Amino acid sequence: MDQQTKKMAQDPTSAEIPSDWLKPINRDQLKQEDVVRPSLSYWQDAWQRLKKNKLAMSGLIFLIILAIMAIFGPYMSPYTVGEQNLPNQNQAPSWSHWFGTDGLGRDVFTRTWYGARISLFVGLMAALIDFFVGVIYGGISGYKGGRTDNILMRIIEILYGLPYLLVVILLLVVLGPSLLTIILALTVTGWVGMARIVRGQVLQLKNYEFVHASQSFGAKTSRIIKRNLLPNTMGPIIVQMTLTVPSAIFAEAFLSFLGLGVSSPYASWGVMANDALTAILSGHWWRLFFPAFFISATMFAFNVLGDGLQDALDPKLRR
Amino acid sequence: MLLIQSLGGDRLKKILEVQNLHVSFSTYGGEVKAVRGVTFDLFEGETLAIVGESGCGKSVTANSIMQLIPKPAGKISEGNIIFKDIDITNANEKQMRNIRGVDISMIFQDPMTALNPTLSIGHQLMEGLKQHQNISNKKAKEKAIEMLNLVGIPNPEERLEQYPHQLSGGMRQRIVIAIALICEPDLLIADEPTTALDVTIQAQILELFGKIQKETNVAIILITHDFGVVANIADRIAVMYAGKIIESGMKEEIFYHPKHPYTLGLLHSIPRLDQKDDELIPIDGTPPDLFSPPVGCPFTARCPHAIVACEKMYPLRHESSLSHYVDCWLYDERVKNMKQTN
Amino acid sequence: MIKYIIKRFLMMLLTLWIITTLTFILMMSIPGSPFNDVSDKTSNEAVQANLESHFNLDKPMIVQYYYYLESIVTLDFGPSIKKPNDTVNDLLGRGFPISFELGIISIIVAIISGIILGVFAALKHNGIIDYLAMSIAVLGISIPNFVLATFLIQQLAVNLELLPVATWKSPSHMILPTIALATGPMAIIARLTRSSMLEVLTQDYIKMARAKGLAPYKIIIKHALKNALMPVVTILGTLLAGILTGTFVIEKIFAIPGMGQYFVESISQRDYPVIMGTTVFYSAFLIIMLFLVDIAYGVLDPRIKLHKEKGD
Repeated sequence: MDQQTKKMAQDPTSAEIPSDWLKPINRDQLKQEDVVRPSLSYWQDAWQRLKKNKLAMSGLIFLIILAIMAIFGPYMSPYTVGEQNLPNQNQAPSWSHWFGTDGLGRDVFTRTWYGARISLFVGLMAALIDFFVGVIYGGISGYKGGRTDNILMRIIEILYGLPYLLVVILLLVVLGPSLLTIILALTVTGWVGMARIVRGQVLQLKNYEFVHASQSFGAKTSRIIKRNLLPNTMGPIIVQMTLTVPSAIFAEAFLSFLGLGVSSPYASWGVMANDALTAILSGHWWRLFFPAFFISATMFAFNVLGDGLQDALDPKLRR
Repeated sequence: MLLIQSLGGDRLKKILEVQNLHVSFSTYGGEVKAVRGVTFDLFEGETLAIVGESGCGKSVTANSIMQLIPKPAGKISEGNIIFKDIDITNANEKQMRNIRGVDISMIFQDPMTALNPTLSIGHQLMEGLKQHQNISNKKAKEKAIEMLNLVGIPNPEERLEQYPHQLSGGMRQRIVIAIALICEPDLLIADEPTTALDVTIQAQILELFGKIQKETNVAIILITHDFGVVANIADRIAVMYAGKIIESGMKEEIFYHPKHPYTLGLLHSIPRLDQKDDELIPIDGTPPDLFSPPVGCPFTARCPHAIVACEKMYPLRHESSLSHYVDCWLYDERVKNMKQTN
Repeated sequence: MIKYIIKRFLMMLLTLWIITTLTFILMMSIPGSPFNDVSDKTSNEAVQANLESHFNLDKPMIVQYYYYLESIVTLDFGPSIKKPNDTVNDLLGRGFPISFELGIISIIVAIISGIILGVFAALKHNGIIDYLAMSIAVLGISIPNFVLATFLIQQLAVNLELLPVATWKSPSHMILPTIALATGPMAIIARLTRSSMLEVLTQDYIKMARAKGLAPYKIIIKHALKNALMPVVTILGTLLAGILTGTFVIEKIFAIPGMGQYFVESISQRDYPVIMGTTVFYSAFLIIMLFLVDIAYGVLDPRIKLHKEKGD
């Protein structure tokens, strides 16, 4: 601060105004100051916010570790998933069996990571299929509007009224339980939620001017959906997918528990928990603990990650 | 303000005094200094219009008077608001509840959202009355019907049973006004009361304000971004920009002798029917970032007449009459003198 | 309003028809027909004869379908294959009241505790209560009911011996199954209540209510809660479905002699008439509940009432 400026600050009413204060301001300099704040893209901004959410980040890290263990875990032990060893049944966790053994002497450690494969596979496949069907159905319904929308939404309304798990149980009873049929059964009505979300988003967005603009240039419907609408609807869709995974994992475990899960020798967490049901009364806690813990922890991780994404991707919260 | 006192003598009672009010909000990106030293006062039966662009702090000022700033994000960091003899900035929630609705009422911008969709009009009208006065249901109903008559709603008895979605936007705003007036407050704060309405309805509502003021002598603070609204009903005008009042004066003074380049800009950007060749001139640029407001005049970057002084230091107040002042370097005697000598 | 109810009612009938037809098609598509294939040791002549007469297995498919629909309309679900002395109706008559009791107690517990948790979390937004309530809620959503059930048995019944391990005899028997079944829906209700309450609290009409100088409890109960609970009403049907299917595993774990027990048993034994009957019965029950929830929503929200009266 120069001398004259200081004087002005001390005695603004009567001090002499510095002569150079009367010059017109330098506008180029002012403009430069305007761009001090870095502007982040939508995704960068969302990622910044997600990173600040500790719970969501620990969920993400847990899931990454789980995925790695699902791939490599089974190779870390000398046992295979269906290998029975009756003399060694119901052994508590030890150096030779880190998570103990089950009622048939099978290694719980190996089976747990096998279960992780099944659970993650079922969850991700269900989410992916829901995504494709839901986006196509909801996209068409929302974009076409009018009669098409009306009919498609009636169908959804009816599907929505069907008791989801009962239909799944019925399908599995008829088709016979296997990994493929489980995924199929879960997605038969699972995509409805996704379709509703996509439709809502599309309806909202299609009134925006930029869509009309590209329409007036003669852009095709498919191109408009792909180029303009989808990028703008990704936020809620990603959140919905993240939340589909835990519900599919739960459904698989639930079905296994009813005896409609993957069949032996394959292991899923639900099958393991079901097998271990009687074991808690005899004190073999580890047989139930590990599958139960991993089901809960995985669902927890997906749920907190989904919540975190919801907050991070919400454009309303963006400044 | 001295002028008003001298003009009105003892007949006019000062009911509100806002002194050097500072309000800030802590947000995700830092602290927003929304109001930065606002001072004004208000007399019985007077209408003061606070005019400015959105985000200039006018609504925050209004909400501060009601102590309705969202907490804990927002807080009054400095200054006082004195209503009659009570310092509102120090009042606790319980004291405030006895002021809100009784002494000071508020009208909101959007009548579509200001009424609760699941409660009947009658319930929403009478609940304030029942809260503050020991009144029988029958009396409360009579009062409610009286208020609906006052704000010009036909078939008031039927309306009491109806729900907000059964009424038009203009009707709903009349209901909102009736709710605000039912306890006969001394001060009515109207936050953009006509912005969400059709132009013809706007005129009707403004007319209603005039009528109400005549009948009840309530003082009104009108918050608006629209000089057209102001012209109809204001006595005095305060122009706000970036959290500060940059010019204030009687309505005629502001309309016919605007001083601040910003006020001038605002007046030029309203369409007028009486002067055909008058071109509409928009104000270029955007208001400054209130995370780190400039030390000098906030309008500097957009001002066509800005000099270096504007950027260096906030201008001193220039009083051109007893009721008219402006915060601008261009009216500083020293600047004027030096300009002439140069 | 009448029009709205009629529309919903027709929709309900359509959904009922679809689910019953779907069940019929699925059962008929089982290779070798589920009913002829009972030549194992559990079957006997009498059972076979019962099945033949009930399902008219010798008639053409379309006739079978007709008789099937007729039997459903008259609520006669036919005989059980594996329990020769029982019909599906006998099993439903014995099991359903118990399952219903368990389900109703659980949903009431879930609704009350979920709303309380959600409201307090929203009112103390970002405070300790909020974090605590939402941690409970996320845990509640994440822990499957059968895991929670076994954990509760292990800790409270086996280790601490506070409560009985299993069965359904006295109120103390009901505590653990109810907790296990109600926690998930409670968590969902709590989260929904919280978010919708937070949304409502930012609305202008809440600010307006504050500007009237109303007491805080009046603002919350009269103005906020009623609006905030609207979305909660809409998911009640879905939650009820979750609780009902939840009873399958909970009854299995706690050895509660409800319909869920029989149903799980019938699945593992491939007792098709029982599977079919239970599915149709439960679906119908849920679809009717969903219909009632819809009607309740229409009654609660004045906007729907009028909209439907005015609308054509």
